[in-house]
Amino acid sequence: MQRLWNEFSESSRIALTQIRANMMRSVLTALGVIIGIVAVTLMGTAINGIDVGFQNSLAMLGDDVLYVQKWPWGRVDDWWNYQNRPLIRPEMSDQLNRVIEDSRDSLLQVAVPVAARGGPVKTGENQIGGVQIVGTTANYSQMMSADFKEGRLFNDTESAGGRQVCVLGFDVAEALFPNSSPLDQSVKISGQPFTVIGVLAKQGAFLGLFSFDNQVMVPLNAYRKYFSFNSNSSQLRVKVKDKNRMEEAKEELIGAMRRVRGLLPGERDNFSINQQQAFREQLDPIKKGIAFAGLFITGLSLFVGAIGIMNITFVSVKERTKEIGTRKALGARRRSILLQFLIEAVSICLIGGLIGLTLTFSLCLILQSTMPSLPVVFSGSLVIISMVVSIATGIVSGFAPAWGASRLDPVVALRYE
Amino acid sequence: MTASSAPAAARSVRPPGQLVIQIDGVTKLYQMGEETIHALRGVALTIRRNEYLAIMGPSGSGKSTLMNMLGCLDTPTAGHYDFNGKNVASMVDDELADIRNREIGFVFQTFNLLPRSNALHNVELPLIYAGLSRSERLQRAAQALTDVGLGDRMHHRPNELSGGQRQRVAIARALVTRPSIILADEPTGNLDSKTGVEIMDLFEHLYELGNTLIVVTHEEDVARHARRIVRLRDGLIESDQTV
Repeated sequence: MQRLWNEFSESSRIALTQIRANMMRSVLTALGVIIGIVAVTLMGTAINGIDVGFQNSLAMLGDDVLYVQKWPWGRVDDWWNYQNRPLIRPEMSDQLNRVIEDSRDSLLQVAVPVAARGGPVKTGENQIGGVQIVGTTANYSQMMSADFKEGRLFNDTESAGGRQVCVLGFDVAEALFPNSSPLDQSVKISGQPFTVIGVLAKQGAFLGLFSFDNQVMVPLNAYRKYFSFNSNSSQLRVKVKDKNRMEEAKEELIGAMRRVRGLLPGERDNFSINQQQAFREQLDPIKKGIAFAGLFITGLSLFVGAIGIMNITFVSVKERTKEIGTRKALGARRRSILLQFLIEAVSICLIGGLIGLTLTFSLCLILQSTMPSLPVVFSGSLVIISMVVSIATGIVSGFAPAWGASRLDPVVALRYE
Repeated sequence: MTASSAPAAARSVRPPGQLVIQIDGVTKLYQMGEETIHALRGVALTIRRNEYLAIMGPSGSGKSTLMNMLGCLDTPTAGHYDFNGKNVASMVDDELADIRNREIGFVFQTFNLLPRSNALHNVELPLIYAGLSRSERLQRAAQALTDVGLGDRMHHRPNELSGGQRQRVAIARALVTRPSIILADEPTGNLDSKTGVEIMDLFEHLYELGNTLIVVTHEEDVARHARRIVRLRDGLIESDQTV
């Protein structure tokens, strides 16, 4: 045990001495590893970032909400079937809620109708176009994933009476009221006056595509009164009580919808039940593909670095053949020599890895401060993974030359000049 | 093979002790392309503790091969080799390494010191492989360096030392494990004659202290210091005489 420890500390000592003695060479060799580690870890943070962004986006949809719509999310092959389906009318939410109330131990909590269209919103001075105008009821509060920055959602009375009140998305509020609170102010939505009663907190963009912050919410009855109501985009959102039983809840909802629709057994569903799971299933393979391709390409640069390490270890063994002979004559076993050169290779890799990691870390900090929207996530597991990768690279690339060195015939090695 | 004649004046001869090396019928073949070279053709030799032996012979006589064999750096193609009663001929690499570490102290013609390590670390090296603790290593290495007269040069690197001093460091390194034999290969080959004499005086001193010395050389001046001279020619022992 003492002997193994001795050999280990002696090997580390030699490794450091060698690296210091051949500074230029070590730095150049380590550079290959540094570039490799930076590439791999940067890719790792990017993949992490994509993943986090993806999760955040899905959370906006609500992980306990089922969407009843005419069209399913994702690709459909028989477009015509779906096009001919009857519309999902807002009134169906009342029918659906009655079915939910009547059934015992229902997994469903409440159904809420939602309709949406684009339109301009303006105040006296400011105007923005292309705002998502959402009509819904007070029940929507039960499934909202966003928080309020200030104010509140419309209540049952305002909702039922179709009062002209609205809740602004964060970006809309910022654009229209840059310096003051929008509460109790009046805005014109598609030309109709509405009083602001609430502002939503910032949510961000869904998969970077469209922003949840660029919306205004109004009571559905007001929406139907003032805006042309396009039933094609209308949908029901159903809140599920227990998000661990989404599949059962989905089955129950299908049954309830069939009753509402009056479908006979044997008739096909003429509605679609959508949930964030569908997105996840569709996007997971893409995400995995990006991760795999990215890590493969950046892994190649690490591979080149590893070849550099192997090369320099071969050179080191060749240069010090006589020293190997001397050490063997003095009693070094094969494993002593193997250990010596392995530790030398691993040390260069580890130093390279640490420098690379530091570079990645600073790059991440710079990226985060200059482009906060970029999803860059530097995680602790990345530190551990890259250290393990560095050590593994050192062992793998140093093994062949170290093995060769350990097998040298001491007589031949001693004669080597 | 014990000393029979009276030694020369002022030269002490210590009574030979127990058997250290016993080789019998040792042959060594090398394959050089198509050709098979018989480096040793059946050598028998017995070396006891407290001997001071010189192995001589022209180049190609098998002198180096015999030295490698005695130093357990190589194993014979055929024949017996017992070292302290253990059969070395059939040992594998790592067992040979342990024998070299514990039983043999090497002194090379080219010193073979680690250039980036100071004298103390160079002397400490075999003790690292012997598995000694750091404090014991340093203490014994310092003692060995003091014994060869380099107590004040411990922290010098080889390139800060003269040739004679470097060879003294190498000798201290050979002594530090308290080996059964010290095996020196042309120890004065890279030194000027005055320094060579100093090294041979040191060997004389070590002999008197009770070490067993084997010196491989082609110089009569060096061999003269030994108490017994073995001459090789064409892979065979030509003569084995006590002087």
